[in-house]
Amino acid sequence: MSLDPATVRRIASLARIRVADDELPRLQAELNGILGWIEQLNEVNVDGVEPLTGAVQMALAMREDVVTDGGYPDKVLANAPERAGDFYAVPKVVE
Amino acid sequence: MLTDLTIAEARDGLRARKFTARALTEAHLAAIDALNPRLNAFITVTAERALAQADTADAALARGEVAPLTGIPLAVKDLFCTEGVRTTAGSRILSPFVPPYESTVSANLLRDGAVFLGKANLDEFAMGSSNMTSAFGAVENPWKRRQDASAVLVPGGSSGGSAASVAARLAMGATGTDTGGSIRQPASFCGIAGIKPTYGRCSRWGVVAFASSLDHPGPFARTVQDCAILLGSMAGYDPKDSTSADVPVPDFEAACARGVKGLRIGVPREYRAEGMPADIEALWQRGLAWLREAGAETVEIPLPHTKYGLATYYIIAPAEASSNLARYDGVRFGLREDGEDLRDLYERTRAAGFGPEVRRRIMIGTYVLSAGYYDAYYLRAQKVRALVQRDFTDAFAKVDALLTPTTPSAAFAQGENMDDPVKMYLNDVFTVPLNLAGVPGMSVPAGLDANGLPLGLQVIGKPFDEETVFAVAAAIERAADFSARPQIRAGEPS
Repeated sequence: MSLDPATVRRIASLARIRVADDELPRLQAELNGILGWIEQLNEVNVDGVEPLTGAVQMALAMREDVVTDGGYPDKVLANAPERAGDFYAVPKVVE
Repeated sequence: MLTDLTIAEARDGLRARKFTARALTEAHLAAIDALNPRLNAFITVTAERALAQADTADAALARGEVAPLTGIPLAVKDLFCTEGVRTTAGSRILSPFVPPYESTVSANLLRDGAVFLGKANLDEFAMGSSNMTSAFGAVENPWKRRQDASAVLVPGGSSGGSAASVAARLAMGATGTDTGGSIRQPASFCGIAGIKPTYGRCSRWGVVAFASSLDHPGPFARTVQDCAILLGSMAGYDPKDSTSADVPVPDFEAACARGVKGLRIGVPREYRAEGMPADIEALWQRGLAWLREAGAETVEIPLPHTKYGLATYYIIAPAEASSNLARYDGVRFGLREDGEDLRDLYERTRAAGFGPEVRRRIMIGTYVLSAGYYDAYYLRAQKVRALVQRDFTDAFAKVDALLTPTTPSAAFAQGENMDDPVKMYLNDVFTVPLNLAGVPGMSVPAGLDANGLPLGLQVIGKPFDEETVFAVAAAIERAADFSARPQIRAGEPS
C-alpha cells in the first residue's frame, strides 16, 4: 500500500506536525519506503498467536490510595513559560 | 595516567588513598576540556558540580566511609533527568528544560558516591544509530580507520556521546539507554563494553520516554567488571516505575569470575547476515572457540523469526513514540512557537522542535495506530513480537546463553547510510530482537577488523540472568585480551 500526498497531509495533521508544501514529496517517499519495507511482516503466519504488549507480563502493583508526593508548586512550575500565582498561564486551550 | 584506570582500579586506588577523588575528577575534566571541542561527546559539562561531588567523596573517604562508586567520575546520557541540570534528550524541543527531579537510575548512582561530569550527547530522543540526529551536533568516534585516517567515523547511537566519552577516557563509565541497540551498537563501534539488562531491571522513572515497552537503561564501561559494578548500583526495584521488577539484585561483579565451564552456548544461524564482512564472521568463530577452550559447549540453535525483528520494531517503537511524544505541545514546558490559534501553535512548535527523524517516526507511529490500519500493522507486529520472544524462550530451554556478533559492520563514516532511513535501521538487525523479547544482552570488545576498527560480540542471556551474561562476556574478554586503544584519547595530542 502506498500513501498519496493527501494521506501524508492527514497523518501530519493527526500528529500535529506542520509540513510545508515543498517537504511533502520527500516525506511521502520516505514514509512509503519504510512502510513498503514493513510489509514483509505479511509473510509471517500469526494465526492463533496472542499479541504481546510488553516483554514481561506482570500484574501491576497495588498500593494504598494516599498522597505520596507533592507540596512543591515552585518546582512543578519551574519550567512553565508563564505562571500566575501557583498556576500555569497558558494560551487559551478551550474555545 | 588516572584517566586510563578502570573503575575497579580507581576504586581501589581511592580507598588506599593513592590519589584523591578531586585529582581523579580534575584529570577527567582536563581531558574533556582538551577533547570535547572535537568529539562533542558532552552536551553539558558540569565541572563545578563534579568538583563539589569529588570533594564530598574525599571527605567520606577520609572518614573511612566508602560506597560502591565513591569518587568515580561518570557521564550521564542526556536522556536521564538530572535535578537542576538541563536535560535536552538531544532535541530542540527540550533545549530549555531543567528537571526539578532526579531519575531513579542517576539517583542510585549518586547514592553510591558517583561524580557526574556532565550530560552526554545522543541521537534526538534516542532515535538513531549514528548520533547524527542530535540537535546538538554529531559526535566523533575516537577511533580512526588505518587506511583512511581522515574519515570522521560515527560512534554509533543512540548513546553515542556516552560511548565516545568512555572510549576516549573522558569518563570512566556512563549511563545509556537501549531501545533497539542504543547501548550495544555504540559500545561495539567504540571498542568498549555495554550491557542492556533485562526489561524491568533498571527503573525507567525520570528517563525521557521513547518507546516504553522497549526502553532499557544500562551502563557503559571499558571492562566487563566495570559494567557489573555500575549495573549493581543502577539496578533495583522502583515503585515509581510500574514495570520495575521486584527481584533481588545479585552480585554482578562476583559473576564475572565464574567462568564458563559446563555452560551450553547457543549459536543462532540466522545471525549470519547477507553481506556481513568476513572479519565479523571470523571473529564470531574465534569467540566460540575461546568459549570451548574455556570449557563451554557450543550448539547451533534456531531463532527463526530474527529477520522479522526489525520490521516489527519499526511498527511498535514509532507507535509508542507517537504516543509518548504527544506531550511536547509547547504549552506547559519546552520550546514554544506561537501560532494563529492553538492548533497552529501545536503544529509550528512540533515542526520546529523535532528533527526530521523524530518527525518521521511520529508520523509512522500515528499512521500504524490510526483507524483502519491498527490491525494490519500494530496488532500484527505485536503478534510477531510474541513469536520473536518465543524463539528465545525455546532456545533457552536448551542453552544457557547465546553468542552473536553485535553489529553487521564496524563503525561507518559520518554521512554514510544517511540517504535512506531503512539503510540506517539495518544496523540494529542483531540487537533489536532482544528489546522485543526483553532479554539481557552485552557487547564486549573482541577484536579489530582489517582497518583497525573495534568489533564487538554480543552475549545474550535468560531474563534476569545477567550473571551468566557477565560470566560469558568476561571469559571472552580474558581470551580476547583486547588492549587496542582509540587514536583520540586523553593524554594523546590530537
